Amino acid sequence: MKVIAERPKSLTDLQFTYCPGCMHGVAHRLIAEAMDELDMRNNMMGVAPVGCSVFAYKFFDCDMAEAAHGRAPALATGMKRARPDMHVFTYQGDGDLAAIGTAEIIHAANRGEHITVFFVNNAIYGMTGGQMAPTTVPGMKTTTSPYGRDENDIGYPIQACELLATLRAPYFIERVSLLSPQEILKAKKTVYKAMKFNKEERGFTFIEFVSTCPTNWGVTPAEASNWARENMLPYFPIGNFRDKSKEEGEAK
Amino acid sequence: MGEKVLMKGNEAVAEAAIRAGCRLYFAYPITPQSELIEYMAKMMPKVNGTFVQAESEVSAINMVYGASGCGRRVMTSSSSPGISLKQEGISYIAGANLPAVIVNVQRGGPGLGDIQPAQGDYFQATKGGGHGDYRNIVLAPSTVQEFADMAGLAFDLADKYRNPVMILSDGLLGQMMEPVEFKPQKTKEELEELDRQHYEWCMYPNEDEPNHHHHEINSLEIDPLVLEKHVEKLSEKYDEIEAKEKRFEKYNIEADNEVLVVAFGTSARIAKSAIDELKEEGKSVGLIRPITVWPYPYEAISEAMTDKVKKVVVMELNLGQMIEDVKLAVNGKLPVEFLGKVGGILFTPEEAKAKILENL
Ligand SMILES: Cc1ncc(C[n+]2csc(CCOP(=O)(O)OP(=O)(O)O)c2C)c(N)n1
Ligand code: SF4
Ligand SMILES: [Mg+2]
Repeated sequence: MKVIAERPKSLTDLQFTYCPGCMHGVAHRLIAEAMDELDMRNNMMGVAPVGCSVFAYKFFDCDMAEAAHGRAPALATGMKRARPDMHVFTYQGDGDLAAIGTAEIIHAANRGEHITVFFVNNAIYGMTGGQMAPTTVPGMKTTTSPYGRDENDIGYPIQACELLATLRAPYFIERVSLLSPQEILKAKKTVYKAMKFNKEERGFTFIEFVSTCPTNWGVTPAEASNWARENMLPYFPIGNFRDKSKEEGEAK
Repeated sequence: MGEKVLMKGNEAVAEAAIRAGCRLYFAYPITPQSELIEYMAKMMPKVNGTFVQAESEVSAINMVYGASGCGRRVMTSSSSPGISLKQEGISYIAGANLPAVIVNVQRGGPGLGDIQPAQGDYFQATKGGGHGDYRNIVLAPSTVQEFADMAGLAFDLADKYRNPVMILSDGLLGQMMEPVEFKPQKTKEELEELDRQHYEWCMYPNEDEPNHHHHEINSLEIDPLVLEKHVEKLSEKYDEIEAKEKRFEKYNIEADNEVLVVAFGTSARIAKSAIDELKEEGKSVGLIRPITVWPYPYEAISEAMTDKVKKVVVMELNLGQMIEDVKLAVNGKLPVEFLGKVGGILFTPEEAKAKILENL
């Protein structure tokens, strides 16, 4: 077996419950690897969302709480305030974070809570069977936008990074993609960076993963990556939206 | 013990909570509980505690969920409309077997209602409130002193049973000033001991498991057979609470009582004035005041229905909610009459007296 196939310590041995080709597993692994590399596992508490990754509380091998739909940033606030010596992260989908949990994420970010938020944007409600998400792109067909999302009727996709970047408190905001091995490697570096900032108590850190849901999009994993590249990236451009370490003249 | 100080109920319960070891408080402003959140805003920094004004009651209760999952004494408070928003979180907290203290300073409803004292949230508080099968322990104070004392009791019961405890007060108790005597502040050692008692189940690595910690705070059981077991376990806990934690006050309960009044909280205060006056006029009326409205002291009522009691009169600041529990206790053996007021208006001692006289 190749070394890259080794399971990070920060994941339990449970088999993932995700569909073949689903990016949730990849995102989990990147987070777990950063936790291992930064030796954070023993001081880490995570919050799982409601969505396909609802069982993340069983997969990450650290203290974990399972939130109500959208409320993970509120739980994380309570957890970090209760145990300031611990590190806290949330893991959330687009319905969870950008629809039902909009108030919670904006205000946790605005308070500059010392937590890291991992946001998996697959432009759809995966768990409930493929309904329209706040990040569903115009024209995209879902079970609740059967004629394609009509932006004049229901609005444009919500751009979470751009929205949060209007706030002054967040320390680090970046959007990465998981659409190819190269992009995953780049994403890994960003995850590491955000987790390091978390460990160093720099402030609120946020990473959006542009991801896929082959199952509910009704395509193969390879097609899903291409589809996301063509249709999602125009609305969700990859890039950094905030890095206060640069403003602080870190590079010197 | 300390000396008596004159304080509003809202402030007294906040002070008592701090003394009982509450170091985290999350809430959203609403009348008539605002003195409580303001007191916490002022005092928490002075005791190295955490105060966060949340973006909504939904967020506040979920902050409570997170902090409680970390094993610390945590509280939130609100008034009726805000308590409705907290129901989601309360259901999760109950499902996850977590302690938490929630204060409801009730006001008139439904909807936005008004900001005057009311008891219209009795059903919500005692019968569930949120989704699923669960129970809150619900304490109903009737004086500022009792309101304050219930803070410590609420935390102890919440910890003992790992269950949400609600203090069901109202705008009168929150706003009125009465003399209060506080229990001493828990010491640093006592607070650390409280913390340690939660290590067994809470998120937070500790000396017993220093190198690897994976505790799950969770209300999800996707396998129906596992969920069935989980809810049955909750049910056993509720049975134990019902067996051990019923509390009530007997007021003027005598063998010659002709009418038995049942009232809780502010209603009971008014009923007592009426009963005192009637006593001077030579009429014997007893009162059962449930202190826990869940678990409900049914037996206290049936035992007080001695031979001479002709009628039971229930008094509430609503359209008749607790009366359903009283009828269960009376079990058809006596007529049950009702005096109620809505709109955030109190009935007067004279109205209470007249209602009793009608039934003597
Ligand atoms: C209060 C509440 N409303 C609705 C649901 C049903 N629900 C479960 S997951 C979900 C959407 C999840 O979508 P997303 O956050 O994008 O996660 P994904 O499954 O795509 O990873 C919904 C609506 C729920 N569990 N709770
Ligand atoms: S439904 Fe979509 S998001 Fe959910 S596990 Fe399957 S591929 Fe992943
Ligand atoms: Mg999604």
